[in-house]
Amino acid sequence: MLWETVKLALSSIRRNVLRSVLTLLGIVIGVAAVIAMVTLGSGASDKVRENLSKLGSNMLIARPGQSTFGPGGATDSRAFEERDVVALKNNLSGVRGVAPTAQKQLKVVYGALNYDTSVTGTNSDWFTVQDWTIEDGRAFNEGEIRSGASVCLIGSTIVRELFGAQDPIGERLRLGNFSCEVIGRLGSKGQSAFGSDQDSIVVEPLRTYHRRIAGNTRINTISISANEASDVTRVQRDAEDILRERRRIAPGEDDDFTIRDMTQIAATMASTTTILTSLLGAVAAVSLLVGGIGIMNIMLVSVTERTREIGIRLAIGALERQVLTQFLVEAVVLALFGGMIGIVLGLAIAAGGASLMDVPFTADPNVIALAFAVSALIGVVFGFFPARRAARLDPIEALRRE
Amino acid sequence: MSNAPPLIAFRDVRRSYGTGGGLVLALAGVNLDINRGEFIAITGPSGSGKSTAMNIIGCLDRPTSGHFRFLGIEVGDLSRDQRALLRRNYIGFVFQGFNLLNRTTAIENVELPLIYRGMARAERRERAAHALHSVGLGGREHHTPGELSGGQQQRVAIARAVVTDPLLLLADEPTGNLDSRRSHEIMELIARLNAERGITVVMVTHEPDMAAFARRAIHFVDGYIASDGAQVAA
Repeated sequence: MLWETVKLALSSIRRNVLRSVLTLLGIVIGVAAVIAMVTLGSGASDKVRENLSKLGSNMLIARPGQSTFGPGGATDSRAFEERDVVALKNNLSGVRGVAPTAQKQLKVVYGALNYDTSVTGTNSDWFTVQDWTIEDGRAFNEGEIRSGASVCLIGSTIVRELFGAQDPIGERLRLGNFSCEVIGRLGSKGQSAFGSDQDSIVVEPLRTYHRRIAGNTRINTISISANEASDVTRVQRDAEDILRERRRIAPGEDDDFTIRDMTQIAATMASTTTILTSLLGAVAAVSLLVGGIGIMNIMLVSVTERTREIGIRLAIGALERQVLTQFLVEAVVLALFGGMIGIVLGLAIAAGGASLMDVPFTADPNVIALAFAVSALIGVVFGFFPARRAARLDPIEALRRE
Repeated sequence: MSNAPPLIAFRDVRRSYGTGGGLVLALAGVNLDINRGEFIAITGPSGSGKSTAMNIIGCLDRPTSGHFRFLGIEVGDLSRDQRALLRRNYIGFVFQGFNLLNRTTAIENVELPLIYRGMARAERRERAAHALHSVGLGGREHHTPGELSGGQQQRVAIARAVVTDPLLLLADEPTGNLDSRRSHEIMELIARLNAERGITVVMVTHEPDMAAFARRAIHFVDGYIASDGAQVAA
């Protein structure tokens, strides 16, 4: 009986192809929009999460000043000193490493080529703390760090831009009026969560940086990596205490530095992406609603047009329920058709968008199943009213209608 | 007479439409018994109440007051679905305008009442094919109404009406849209169904030579039965 009803629905849909297609359009667009939004959005969240893992795990970043995110506010505060780093290293427990960094944008030159990049001075903990791998060559040794040797490691962007296919190890790179020997090549990290190229980097021992490039002994940031994710908050509190003591901040006074939990920041960004996705999804869902109303509209027209047919069916003994089912199935079949086309279209849009936006594309079977179910539900909800109208027709009236 | 109730019994049946001042009394107190196997023609001018009587006989409508019993069942007490079941199981309808489903083949039209009975497809097909054959349309199973003449369409409608082996065949102006030769063919078919299969036939018509096929003629005037009597079938 149900199969008969489905066949009946299909034939009545076929009878009016153009109208059926126009009806479907609403559902198609709605489902496609939702699928595209949700798929792209989850791709974007995945990317943020992936970047988050590249940030280094369980990482805290200390900066001078009570700054919020980004630049501003930090400038007039005292920078950190090397002794702060030593104090943190000696007094913090449960940490993998403490890495001071100082940075400057600089033009680096090799042969006839030059490239604007970020030059970072740091110590050997930095590689662990920030989860860098060394593709080729080696990190600085203790001697080089202590003496401020003219050695550096370079990121994959620098290798590509200045050395091409040539092996950079052992070559000398000129930074301003100073040159350093390339002793290692860093593994690629790609874009940061904030959109900058993390591989455009030259790293050298902090002391070398201070003497040869900065001309001062300032440390802009200190990165601290805790051993355990569950321990990050405790490490952050301890580090705050140590830095307050080092910087002689009286109890009750505000910190003149900030320690941020990078994992938290990135997690916030990921959840922001998710919220944005849900919002866009909700907007797209409105078009689904409109699609549903389209189905209701066309089903009402269909019921009116087929009043006589309904009259015949009722006269020869169709029950209300049977007529109701017939029109409901028709609405559901229509909606499911629309849903299927919408899913395919939405995935195609998402795939295209993902490659444009450089985010991963994954078709989530749950989302697809949900879209399918929602389509069916729309058919039921918006098909019910017209179907009930059909089922309640008076057969005498219906048969009299032309 | 046996003790079995008549197939159809009207007892002071009234049916009015509208309310208050606009009240129209379509049936003004009708008493009528129809037994199984009869062949009845109902005649009367338009507005005489014959269509209303047909609707009540067909369990499509209910009296405003009085009693209408079908197989002894008080139809006025039944729900919509219960009346649909009565129609499904005991009544076949033939209309003036044929009322076949468009773009649906002859055999599918004939199958329709069997689908609502929940009959399996193979049995349905066989019975529908047999019914079409019995009305002389063997070989036309897969023609749609658009591809059939008026007389052939009415034969499909008759096949659809009798495929369920009904007790009662209700025909509302069955020859109204046909020329006289086709009309006679259709009437002969209906008379044969009455004679050979014992199907009770109640037919509304305004054409005297069609009414002449029946063995009993009931004439309605102004909501009453003006005459009711046996006649020699043509």
